Amino acid sequence: MDLRFGDSKPADEEREAVDALLGPPESSWEGADRTDADLRWARGGRQARDRRDLLLPALHAVNDRVGWISEGALDYVCRRLTVPPAEAYGVATFYAMFSVRPRPATVLHVCTDLACTAAGAAKLCADVERRLGPESGVKVERSPCLGLCERAPAALVVRAGRPSALPAQGGCPARPAFEDEAVQAEAGVRGRSPRGRDGEGRRGRDTLHATAVCAPATPATALHAVTAPESAPAEPAPALAVPQTGDPDAALTLLARIGTTDPASLDDYRAHGGYAALRRAFALGPAGVIREVTDAGLLGRGGAAFPTGRKWQATAARPDHPHYLVCNADESEPGTFKDRVLMEGDPYALVEAMTVAAYATGAHRGYLYLRGEYPRALARLTHAVAQARARGLLGDDVLGQGYAFDIEIRRGAGAYVCGEETALFNSIEGHRGEPRSKPPFPVEKGLFGRPTVANNVETLVNVLPILTMGAQAYASIGTPASTGPKLFCVSGSVARPGVYELPFGATLGELLTLAGARDNLRAVLLGGAAGGFVRPGELGIPLTFEGTREAGTTLGSGVVMAFDDTVPLPRLLLRIAEFFRDESCGQCVPCRVGTVRQEEALRRIAERTGADASLDITLLREVGRAMRDASICGLGQTAWNAVESAIDRLGAYE
Amino acid sequence: MTAIELGVPRRLVEFTLDGQEARVPEGSTILDACRAAGKDVPTLCQGDTLTPKNACRVCVVEVEGARTLAPACSRRAEPGMVVRTDTERARHSRKVVLELLASSVDLSTTPQAAGWLKEYEAKPGRFGPDAARVDEEPRIDNDLYVRDYGKCILCYKCVDACGDQWQNSFAISVSGRGFDARISVEHDAPLTDSACVYCGNCIEVCPTGALSFRSEFDMRAAGTWDEERQTETTTVCAYCGVGCNLTLHVQDNEIVKVTSPHDNPVTHGNLCIKGRFGYQHVQNRD
Ligand SMILES: Cc1cc2nc3c(=O)[nH]c(=O)nc-3n(C[C@H](O)[C@H](O)[C@H](O)COP(=O)(O)O)c2cc1C
Ligand code: SF4
Ligand code: SF4
Ligand code: SF4
Ligand code: FES
Ligand code: FES
Repeated sequence: MDLRFGDSKPADEEREAVDALLGPPESSWEGADRTDADLRWARGGRQARDRRDLLLPALHAVNDRVGWISEGALDYVCRRLTVPPAEAYGVATFYAMFSVRPRPATVLHVCTDLACTAAGAAKLCADVERRLGPESGVKVERSPCLGLCERAPAALVVRAGRPSALPAQGGCPARPAFEDEAVQAEAGVRGRSPRGRDGEGRRGRDTLHATAVCAPATPATALHAVTAPESAPAEPAPALAVPQTGDPDAALTLLARIGTTDPASLDDYRAHGGYAALRRAFALGPAGVIREVTDAGLLGRGGAAFPTGRKWQATAARPDHPHYLVCNADESEPGTFKDRVLMEGDPYALVEAMTVAAYATGAHRGYLYLRGEYPRALARLTHAVAQARARGLLGDDVLGQGYAFDIEIRRGAGAYVCGEETALFNSIEGHRGEPRSKPPFPVEKGLFGRPTVANNVETLVNVLPILTMGAQAYASIGTPASTGPKLFCVSGSVARPGVYELPFGATLGELLTLAGARDNLRAVLLGGAAGGFVRPGELGIPLTFEGTREAGTTLGSGVVMAFDDTVPLPRLLLRIAEFFRDESCGQCVPCRVGTVRQEEALRRIAERTGADASLDITLLREVGRAMRDASICGLGQTAWNAVESAIDRLGAYE
Repeated sequence: MTAIELGVPRRLVEFTLDGQEARVPEGSTILDACRAAGKDVPTLCQGDTLTPKNACRVCVVEVEGARTLAPACSRRAEPGMVVRTDTERARHSRKVVLELLASSVDLSTTPQAAGWLKEYEAKPGRFGPDAARVDEEPRIDNDLYVRDYGKCILCYKCVDACGDQWQNSFAISVSGRGFDARISVEHDAPLTDSACVYCGNCIEVCPTGALSFRSEFDMRAAGTWDEERQTETTTVCAYCGVGCNLTLHVQDNEIVKVTSPHDNPVTHGNLCIKGRFGYQHVQNRD
């Protein structure tokens, strides 16, 4: 490969940001000496050349530092990683959180998705924009669901700036530079100013990178957060997203530690039963673990409900190595936030569960692909991984059992489609997050073309109780076909939105009663934007994979969004269509153009019913059918589900 | 003596194609089997010398037991598979895909498109006059070739041809996403500021005329392009000793473009800038 690079040069801070991640360049023509990176572990120069997968972290490094990715910075990244600039440009322009045009250092992402729209996101946006004025130096961006639906309306501030140094920690092992980002994120979240400078009024080069989450957001809290993200009020504790906390009747399994255990303390985690599952796993051996998971009947919680034991077995049996483990923490399905609450409230559980899964399937490296909009989850998990590593629970010799395993955290950058497992692999590998066509399946050719297990966060966390209580006891929870406990993300028109844990088989009505549904319920969206609407009269639907299937709908990833009769249904459907049009990767025709045609048709009939709408409804059906049949991935295949169900079950345009 | 390369003998896969027993060598695609059986399945993103990206989805067929349709161009035949190529379901998807394409880009220079639109009774007009289109001005930034993305169906062939499958120049890629996805060079710059070496291999594979010779583009604009009047002569390139095959397209005694036979075992249709574009001296009669 004979690469040609342009002659645009990176600015000093761009070069520093990249060098801090990749290590100093080998020769001076690549760049100047490293400064400001002494505290940081960095990947060696030459080694980086065959690490195309560092492209996404490198783009993050520049974007975090400057707020956008200039030609010079992109070219510099390409030189350092030997990536063709055209391809890197294709990658940089794929993600919503990156910009290749100059933009202000501070960006306010305001969620305009379903729950937030219902909670007044449009007015929030308008108010904030008016009060900021045109000269504010803040960019307000309308965002798809931020995964904070229980606290709608939600906003996320990202302010670019120089990385903060690690807080002094005696004997703290060197960390990969990309993990620093998390520490900065945490600094932003907690309102600390790690370098001891005053937090206000710093501009340009001296500004520290910071993030702040505002939810529920008001114009006032959003304005405070954009002007001083480092001193924005801390987010409410994750336990507040779990309304069942403290309820003795709830008998929580997956959520038991949230609110009772310090998410920053490994000792506290161990005191609350942590690492018992891993010990049992070592006692059972890999085949024994897979047998338990299979016997427990665990079905994937990421949406497709695939049997986890079968997936693990198929990967473990592959003769080619290495095997990889990928934890899918991309969670960008509108209405879904359970994985965030698990990761923020009980991060060690995920670290332990990933270790078990890797051990069972013969992987020595695990990637945790975390959506880019989750600063607190990133901070908590980064901390947990580092602590586990320091205590011999990750690394060359896990628990002294001679088994090597480590976890690398990868941040997504704003692309729902990257939750599709093969798109996720491409994203980690430094390519555009476009789904691959299957077959071959990941168990055969996944990440880096190797046998790979990809599992959802909640799926993995379920492995812990399977091992501690045993397959039989676990399988006795729920129904014979849907075993175990299940998390539900309830949001919208309910009194107590949040993550609920119920055994499979509870009815929709029972769940909504717990959450405090109001009387004037108009519709319930089950399974998220890719799921389907059901009527208020269908609350008897059992919340199981088979029960929802029988009722002609889907459980998906466990989303339950309630809408009362004040919510304008056509607007809601239009928003769903917009979401899919925005999030289509653009690779295949039925989805790339079909999502546009569906949105156009919905716009035309937004105010119409009956005969006026019927031609467009025929159009929608025909396009939807082809999208479902002929799209490459689940995004295009399911994009029409919710709208179709609203037409068929709710009579949306009658 | 010419040695005929036999290769490793391949096992045969037996499966059912439209109710008939079909046997193809292991590794063959459903499309291979269809073509061997003389069945007509439309294709756009499939190319004879590239690994298809299976992005256009006009070649979809029904595989018994599968939830979705399968792209014939890349799904490999498996023993016992039951495939139907011409069901109502497959035809519906093809029709809608053709409508979606024709309503969003200009297919006027895509060979066969008009025929398929007719065959599948596609009515791209039914999305209304306001249906979003890729309305881009042709990019004319060099003397050799023109990029007219208003005709691009994003088949990825040019990206693959410029990248690791043919040319290894990696000058072009897909940028943006969704309906805004476009073929572009880095920073969306003019071609002249990119890594392009003007081998023209991307033009060779482009199925729509979105990439075309400047000569062809200008003649089309002037209304003088007429394939009926063109002759094709395949000869050997005189520039260097490699011996690439050139096919000269001649209209009114002028070379109007140069392609290269894909079945040539050495070049598979690849050329360099000289072979592809360096024909002016041939016509220089002074
Ligand atoms: C467009 C799209 C987005 C997806 N997003 C997610 C996601 O955010 N998290 C997730 O776990 N699975 C997601 N999935 C499903 C994954 O592809 C995959 O099935 C899942 O991670 C497998 O894990 P499981 O077996 O544990 O459920 C998505 C699928 C599609 C088609
Ligand atoms: S269905 Fe949509 S998201 Fe999936 S590959 Fe096709 S264009 Fe991309
Ligand atoms: S002419 Fe050759 S180098 Fe230039 S873009 Fe096309 S294939 Fe790539
Ligand atoms: S320019 Fe041509 S070859 Fe390239 S993607 Fe578009 S249609 Fe395909
Ligand atoms: S955070 Fe706004 S809808 Fe989910
Ligand atoms: S020809 Fe098969 S998908 Fe395009």
